[in-house]
Amino acid sequence: MLRFLLRRSLGAVVILLVISAVTFFLFYAIPRNPALLACGKGVCTDDQLAVVEHNLGIDEPIPVQYWHYMVGIFAGRDFPAGHCPAPCLGFSFRDNRPVLDTILDRLPTTVSLTIGGALVFLVLGLGFGMLAAWRRGSLLDRVVSSASLVLSSMQIYFLGPLALAVLVYGDHQIFPQPEYVPFTEQPLDWLKGLLLPWLVLATIFTANYTRMARATLIEQLHEDHVRTARAKGMSRATVFFRYAWRGSLIPIVTIFGVDLGSLFGGAMITEFTFTLPGLGRLAVESVTQSNLPMLMGVMLFAALMIVLFNIIVDACYALIDPRVRLA
Amino acid sequence: MASATQAVEAEVGAELVGRSPGQLMWRRFRRDRVGVISGCVVLLFFLLGLFAPLIAKLYGKDPYTRYGQVRPGLLNEFGYPIKPNGGIDGEFWFGLEPGTGRDVFTELLYGIRTSLLIALAVTVLATLTAIVLGVAAGFLGGRWDFFISRLIDLLMAFPQQLFFVAFLPIIATLFVDPREETPTWVKVVSIVVVLWALGWMTLGRILRGTALSLREREFVEAARVSGASSWRIIRKELLPNVVSPMLVQSTYMLPNFVTTAAALSFLGVGITEPTPDWGRMFSTAAEVYHSDITYMFFPGVSMVIFVVAFNLLGDAVRDAFDPKTVG
Repeated sequence: MLRFLLRRSLGAVVILLVISAVTFFLFYAIPRNPALLACGKGVCTDDQLAVVEHNLGIDEPIPVQYWHYMVGIFAGRDFPAGHCPAPCLGFSFRDNRPVLDTILDRLPTTVSLTIGGALVFLVLGLGFGMLAAWRRGSLLDRVVSSASLVLSSMQIYFLGPLALAVLVYGDHQIFPQPEYVPFTEQPLDWLKGLLLPWLVLATIFTANYTRMARATLIEQLHEDHVRTARAKGMSRATVFFRYAWRGSLIPIVTIFGVDLGSLFGGAMITEFTFTLPGLGRLAVESVTQSNLPMLMGVMLFAALMIVLFNIIVDACYALIDPRVRLA
Repeated sequence: MASATQAVEAEVGAELVGRSPGQLMWRRFRRDRVGVISGCVVLLFFLLGLFAPLIAKLYGKDPYTRYGQVRPGLLNEFGYPIKPNGGIDGEFWFGLEPGTGRDVFTELLYGIRTSLLIALAVTVLATLTAIVLGVAAGFLGGRWDFFISRLIDLLMAFPQQLFFVAFLPIIATLFVDPREETPTWVKVVSIVVVLWALGWMTLGRILRGTALSLREREFVEAARVSGASSWRIIRKELLPNVVSPMLVQSTYMLPNFVTTAAALSFLGVGITEPTPDWGRMFSTAAEVYHSDITYMFFPGVSMVIFVVAFNLLGDAVRDAFDPKTVG
């Protein structure tokens, strides 16, 4: 296990290094002048431009800039506008503070949104999927299957405003207005404020997980070992939960890992719809403000999450499937 | 169609007739009622997009004129339609857009046109890329396989949404100075480029696997022994065999590109005013739902119908190619 983790972590570091290099290159080499981009759509005088260029550190060749960036991550770095301690993911000139500080400020929102939402869609999705597979062909199965088909084709940018219009700003306010209150300050308000975003985020995921759980469970129930177990007289429930259920976990864990990884990098559309101050909104804000250092930092952080959860998923395989050996 | 009638005639004549895999697939597809219906719905959307100018002309409105501002009596002093349900009447079938007072029906038609154009372009480009790189990796093997597979791994680790959002403005700077307004065609091209860049890997990986297994098959070996060049083997032996995974996967890809492009417009980084776009209508809807909830229904419901139909079509195409799948 330890050797596996070590090897995978090394691979992850390599991937992250390449991603950072590619992103850095695309950000700072493709635009004819990144400083112009940072100036935005206004008129930037040549003097201001020179200041921006110097602040961004782009008056040097790109490989040198990248080297400085990498050194900054491990050893910290000094900018004309201030000091950025290690691990320095860059320095934002819009608000004059290290990028990492802002990311850490925004992280609790994204984490709260993801954990709550994931809990809802995992329980509901697997539950509905199991029900539908257990009673395959029944009315219940048909209702669950069609509902999940339609809901999985929903988009958060339609469902979110719709839910807000009907459930919050409608004639009868059913849900409290979505907002982020730190859990440590007001646990109850935290719950209230995130309830609707959780449900909206979870609706589409629930539909997908229902379909997936149903499909893999039905596939598993057709396996030979399941038939054998039934033939030798094991009850349907035992076979269902002990054999089929366990076999269907692997594809679900894979997708769940991928989903969690990308959600921790920022649930962009959900955060944007409910104006929650998370990483996804931070990314959108940075794009509209052309804040390249911030974008670079968020990008690296999100990539880290994806890579991290890939490793966790692979480690989980060994726990679920005894045939898998980590080496 | 001609091949199908031939097949039917052959059946009447009750003599043995060889059928190509394409004919077999078409026959199976026609028997799938859900598949045919959803295929018709999808076709309808494409026809609506294609003939949007014609329909708009017959209907007598266009998506740019601000009817509500030009003509008194349509919008109230806050810019919302005076008539109930978003101003729906015999003249404006889907009502008026709050604020600008544009006709929603033509706006949606032209919006579907823009979205489908983008999605179609991305699908074609991504499929071609996947064929070239996937088949090259699988068939050539060795160093090529290593590099292309690593490229796929790398691109898969990129945070997708973040990549799209972050790189759109950067791609745009390739064409125009960041200080000037970005013309619409540049926005369309940038969206196509970013979606394409991260849109081909899934299919590419599938095609690599297919090519890899086909390479070892007897008919390829026979062709090679009889002196066929690599190019001829790829063209005559491999490509006809990757058609079915390609067709199935692109049917799943296209609606994804539609919704992703719409998400970008919703976040305000994709297509912007005044170009009509399916996704942009959601961002308008998110601003006006407090007072006019009707507006969001038309883009929202039409998009759900479109995605559901496309997903069902994808399932039907998959089943038609592979009669073994159980639903």
